[in-house]
Formats: sequence, structure tokens, C-alpha cells
Amino acid sequence: MAQASEQAFGRRLIQGVEEIGFGGALFGESIYWLLFGRVRQQPVRLQAILAQAVQIGLQALPIATLLSATIGIMLALQSLYTLGLFGAQSFATIGIALSVVREFAPLIIGILIAGRTGSALAARFSTMLINQEVDALRVIGIAPVRYLVAPALVAMIVVVPCLTMWANIVALAAAGLVVTATLDISMLAYFTDLMAALSTNDLWHGLAKSALFAALVAIVSSLNGALAEGGADGVGRMTTRAVVQSIAAIVLADMIFAYAATLS
Amino acid sequence: MAATAQTLTPSTERAPDPVIDIKGLQTHYGSRQILHDIDLAIEAREIMVIMGGSGSGKSTLLRHLVGLETPTAGQISLLGVDIARASAMEILPVRRKIGVAFQGGALFSSMTVLENIMLPLYEHTKLDRKTMEIMARLKLEVVGLAGFDNLMPSELSGGMMKRAAVARAIVMDPDLLFFDEPSAGLDPVVSSALDDLILLLRDAMNMSIVVVTHELESAFKIADRITILDRGHLLFVGTPEAVRRSDNERIQNLLSRRAEENDVDAETYLKRLTGED
Repeated sequence: MAQASEQAFGRRLIQGVEEIGFGGALFGESIYWLLFGRVRQQPVRLQAILAQAVQIGLQALPIATLLSATIGIMLALQSLYTLGLFGAQSFATIGIALSVVREFAPLIIGILIAGRTGSALAARFSTMLINQEVDALRVIGIAPVRYLVAPALVAMIVVVPCLTMWANIVALAAAGLVVTATLDISMLAYFTDLMAALSTNDLWHGLAKSALFAALVAIVSSLNGALAEGGADGVGRMTTRAVVQSIAAIVLADMIFAYAATLS
Repeated sequence: MAATAQTLTPSTERAPDPVIDIKGLQTHYGSRQILHDIDLAIEAREIMVIMGGSGSGKSTLLRHLVGLETPTAGQISLLGVDIARASAMEILPVRRKIGVAFQGGALFSSMTVLENIMLPLYEHTKLDRKTMEIMARLKLEVVGLAGFDNLMPSELSGGMMKRAAVARAIVMDPDLLFFDEPSAGLDPVVSSALDDLILLLRDAMNMSIVVVTHELESAFKIADRITILDRGHLLFVGTPEAVRRSDNERIQNLLSRRAEENDVDAETYLKRLTGED
């Protein structure tokens, strides 16, 4: 019994390592096509990147705005309440500014992208695989990674930090509504406090993190799509797996990034 | 063990300059051997039909021929290039000279019919969009789908989907065309029309065509030669007439659609099920 579970654990461990290796290979091959695609007469087309960017960015704007505003308001309420216990409500702006820019905006956009774009990528790739569309690409002479993965990867690395920047603005503005009403200060005073609290380094910290999250979601979702087997059941299974693994990867990377950027 | 193809038919003699030349092809999936020492040559402007029962390895052979699988051993020369050993860069020019019509069509669901057909042109030529559209519409005309260019694949019937897939496969005017189960899932009328289209492509466009099918009627209608695979072995290569005349038991079983496994007495069958055989 114990031996069987050890064997099962060993198999899963090997499978996990293989999948990480496959993910690395997908990333490496995407970079290869970006750099050498033109020489190999298989360029990563700007049109494909733009199409992905519209889908990932523009179409996600309404839900990103709603979530960011909600997070901003929630954070302001909690900060004012917690700091109010110590009579330090005037420091709320600093806490909100750093929390939103360094942590909440990249994280919430990362999770949103994992759920929205990651699932769409995994479902698209796995459906294409099962319907032999990936085989069709190969026999036409189109490298699937160049055609499917590389445009999504580039679009996400460019668009997700932009969405994060937008989330920063919306969340801080929404938080401002609560802070100014509670502390009875003007919006101008609130934004002046924000500017004083934030440094360029804080901004880059958040944006760099969101670019990392974007790459992780793109690769994890593509990887799961490429591993699909069976019919509709396989598509559903790999789509769910892609979202769960993307969110797990984001949270794990967030912790490592925070450690590397603040403590080391 | 089945007799070798050579003993069954003298027509396996190699053509002087075959468009496809397979020598000693072997494939394993893990420890299981799928294809055993396949030797086969296909001539220019020939329609070669590959037949066999389920699990005979015919689809695997096709995947090797179009470069989707790499064999464990052997050589697959396609238009003079050994695709089993060639690099991706060396295979690319070959890919531009072949077309594949997959069983389910494999049309890209996010594109219209016209965009699907234009894709190979868009990727491999520097033609302007207008010219590509004209060329794609011409191919749609050839396959009898004129006027359906702006439909999405989901709006097509099974037969139309296969025709659109053929249009995409021939848009680059390939030398070699491969069909995977073209008649599968089609009614006899549509299936017969597709057979006529295959013959038309060979006669009008001088293509060499390889068709994997299990439809006997279709095979005998279109084939110049038929290859029969049996459990990964090459069982027979010859003309449709030679296939009909063959007294090989497995071939006769295939022609009469008898499952060899069921052609045993109850006791033997029970032993086989319980592993005592």
C-alpha cells in the first residue's frame, strides 16, 4: 500500500518535472521564433499579436475596472478601520498606495487574466489539438508555437502591465473617494499624499511583477492546452487545470518576487 | 504470420523515380511495435489507397508520410527528401509541395472558409491579398464550394467541410496530396462525389495521391494500386484487380468485412478471452 502510494507520488513528481521542462521549452521556442522567425521565413506576425492584445486588454477593461475599484474601496475601508484602532487614520494613504501599487493591482489583474485569458488560451489550444488543427498547421509548414504561443506571450507581456497601470489608477481613485470622505480632506490633498508615498521603484516593482505573471499565465495555459487528450472532456479538464495552475504559479511567484525585491 | 508483400505480389517492384519511397520503416510506441519493416514506393500521378482493419497501422503510416511522426528506424523519401532524418528547415520546402485533407477537415474554427484556404498562401508566398483571394476562390470552385467563402466552418455540413479541407490542401498546387478517410461519416452520394473529385485532381492537376480509407467501394473506384496493412505489416501491394483475385485469407476477410477474431469456435474464443490461449 505504502509502496504503491510512493510509486504514485514518484510518477506525479516525474510528470511535474517533465511539464515544467515542457513549459520552459515552450517559452524558449517562443523567444526563438520572436528572434529568428523572420530569418526562418516564419515571422511572428504583428497582426496576430494585436488581435491577442485586443482580446486580452481592451475586452478585459470593464471587468478590470470594476474589480480594481472594488479592491480600492475595500482596501480603504479596511485600512481606515485598522489604523483607526491606533488613532493613525492619517497614515492610511501610505498603506493604500503601497499595497495597491506593489501588490493588489498586479495580483488582481494576474488572477483576472488567469481566469479569463488563461482559460481561453487553454481551451483554444486543446480544442485545436483534438480537432487536428495543430496537425494541419504543421503539415502546412507553420510551427504551432510560432503561430499560437508566441503572439499570445508577447501580447500578454505588453498588455498585462498596461492593465495593471490602469488598475493602479482606478483602485487608488476609488480608495480616494472613501479616504477623502472619511478624513474630510480634498482629492488634491489625497493625491499629493499618494505621490509623496510612492516612488518609481514601487511602480516598477508592480509592473515587473505583472509582466512575470503574464508570462506565467501564457506558458502554463499553452502547456495545458498542448497536453489535452480525449474529446470535450479533455478540453474541460485542461482548461480547469490551466486556471488553477496559473493562479498557483502567480501566488508562488508573487511570494518569491516579494522576498527577492524586499528582503534580499 | 502473414506472407510478405513480395511473395503475394510482384507489383511492389520499385518505380524508377518514385515520389514516395519508404524503406525499412519501423515505429514503436513505447515497447509496442506499430509498423514492421514497411517498404513501399509510390509513383508520380498514381492514386495509392492504403487499407487495413482497425489497428492495422494505416493512420500511423499516413502520419509518418506527412511528417507528423518520426519513425524509430527506416527511411521515408518524399519528393527526394528523407523526411525521417531531415531538419525542420530541410522539410519546409517539401511541406509546400504536399497537401493533406484530414479526416474531420481540421479547418481552423476561428477563420472563415476563405481565410482557411488562404492561410498557406499567406504563410508561404508574398502575393497580395487580392491575388490570394482569387486563388482561394478558384480552388473553392474546383471542389464545388463556390459562394461559400464567407461561411465559418461550423456552418458547413460534413461533406462541405471535407471539400473545403481539400481546397486548402490544393491551394499551393501540391505535387502530392494525402487524404485521411475521405469517405468517413459521409452518405454514399456525397462519398461518391468526393471520389470523383479525387480522380479529377489526379487527372486535371497531375497530382500523386495517397488515400487512407476502409471504404472498399471507394478504394476500388479510385485506386491505381492498393496497399493492405495487417497488424503493422505490409500484407499486399497491387492493383485493385490483383486484390480481388488474391486468395490470401486475411485479404478475403477484409474484402468480405469478416472480423478474423470472431471467426473462431466458442471454445477458442473463450480461451482467448481468459488468456489461456
